[in-house]
Amino acid sequence: MIPFKHSRTGDCEHACCLRVEDLCVQAGGSPILSHIDLHMHCGQIVALIGPNGAGKSTLIQSILGQREYSGKITFHDSHGRQTKLRIGYVPQSPRFSPGDPISVLDLFTCCISRRPAFLRPTRALREKVLACLANVHAEALIDKRVGTLSGGELQRVLLALALEPMPNMLILDEPLSGVDVEGMTLLMDMLDEIRRKFDLSILMTTHDFSMLERYCDRVVLLRGHILRQGTPLDVLNSDEFAEAFHMTGGGEA
Amino acid sequence: MSIWYALCDWTGAEFLQMTFMKNALLAVLIMVPLFGLLSTMIVTGKMSFFSDALGHSGFTGIAIGVLCGAASPMLFAVGLAVLLALLFSYVRARTNQAADTLIGVFSSTAVALGIFIATLGGGSFTKFNRYLIGDLLSVTPAELGLLALVLLAVIVLWVLASNRLVLTAVHPQLAGSRGISCRRYETLFTVCIAVVVTLAMSWVGLMVINSLLVLPAAAARNVARNLRQYHLISVCGALACSLAGLLTAYQLGCSAGATVALYLALFFAATFCLRKKAA
Repeated sequence: MIPFKHSRTGDCEHACCLRVEDLCVQAGGSPILSHIDLHMHCGQIVALIGPNGAGKSTLIQSILGQREYSGKITFHDSHGRQTKLRIGYVPQSPRFSPGDPISVLDLFTCCISRRPAFLRPTRALREKVLACLANVHAEALIDKRVGTLSGGELQRVLLALALEPMPNMLILDEPLSGVDVEGMTLLMDMLDEIRRKFDLSILMTTHDFSMLERYCDRVVLLRGHILRQGTPLDVLNSDEFAEAFHMTGGGEA
Repeated sequence: MSIWYALCDWTGAEFLQMTFMKNALLAVLIMVPLFGLLSTMIVTGKMSFFSDALGHSGFTGIAIGVLCGAASPMLFAVGLAVLLALLFSYVRARTNQAADTLIGVFSSTAVALGIFIATLGGGSFTKFNRYLIGDLLSVTPAELGLLALVLLAVIVLWVLASNRLVLTAVHPQLAGSRGISCRRYETLFTVCIAVVVTLAMSWVGLMVINSLLVLPAAAARNVARNLRQYHLISVCGALACSLAGLLTAYQLGCSAGATVALYLALFFAATFCLRKKAA
């Protein structure tokens, strides 16, 4: 177990906590991830970084339960009891075909309601979707077609979708790719607001390091195993970080 | 059926005097909403080429049925189309080849097999012509009952599963993350298309059946802004075109399936011209 300081609540005893213990994933006999130990507390934003092929997506798929692994992934509430983990997931490169005649309301209906989306939505359903969109300040987008949304708008809509039903943990796969600088700040401010408001932990992968220091509590540097984890400053200034991203001469570890 | 016949007589329309026209009209009223619904999902799921391939396999099934001397080769056709749909899903999940490549493989194999069997031992191909062109006026009351059952089944499927089907079609990753088994819904839908395409083939005709499965939704997409409009325009447009097609075919004595397809093409052209205003 790797010790670290939680920014707000101290240790695992008093905060709800996702524990990944000795996680290993193999594909075709060769290891993709080995011996991953990771703790994430509610209210934290944790960034998962690493070069391409480092196993970021694999780790996320394992936590989502979409991939076989050995080791343990458990979730404990603030009283230390093991409870069921509900994850809200915002997938990577969420692109819709521009011609799809599907409004944001339709997308929500398909995901959260049993009422067929081709019928006229009930007033209650519309109100509910508006309330979901209010979490990300995107009420104005409700009747827009999903294919016409900008990258940042779409991320916000998918974020609102991931928050319904309310999860314990939010996972975002490359939320900043394809989003301009203004959109990035907007999105990160929103994540910051959400983790405070709903006290959930947020795990995101990213290739953009400019936002880490300002918004993230912890950064985990991954390449097959955890090279280093700690505060953004600690990781970004480490030799491991320099080696993983700048020094291309060395062979694969 | 007698109620329907009485209703047709009551309208006093000249073209509805003959029983086969009454049957054909009812067939259109049942079949076309079915196609309108299915087409919305086929186009959204980028499966228009796939439904075409299924039509081809249906022909092969009929050829096999005729070879075996079956009284109703249609059952063979439905069976083979479903089998092919399942096989296609299976292969697609286990290869990284593009879907349209695989469809090409399956489609050409099915057609080749069909022609091979049909012409085995110097057999004549002409007896299969009715499946290529289709004859809407040949539909019988028993077949109408079967069609109505299929329509009912598809409507039930739509009410229960259309939300998940849409999600699977537009964003598989998102669907997967919300606990939807994309594979299962894709398979369910392909089997559904297989059954409908094969059943309708002998009335609409193999050559034009895909137009009914693609054009209504393609036209609706030009102007629809949400799923409700999409379904409504697709189904209503298909109905209007089919009725117009049936009437015109009756007047001119040409194939009803082809005439309907031409009207649908006009419908597409019309919505294409309107698309700017709706965007």
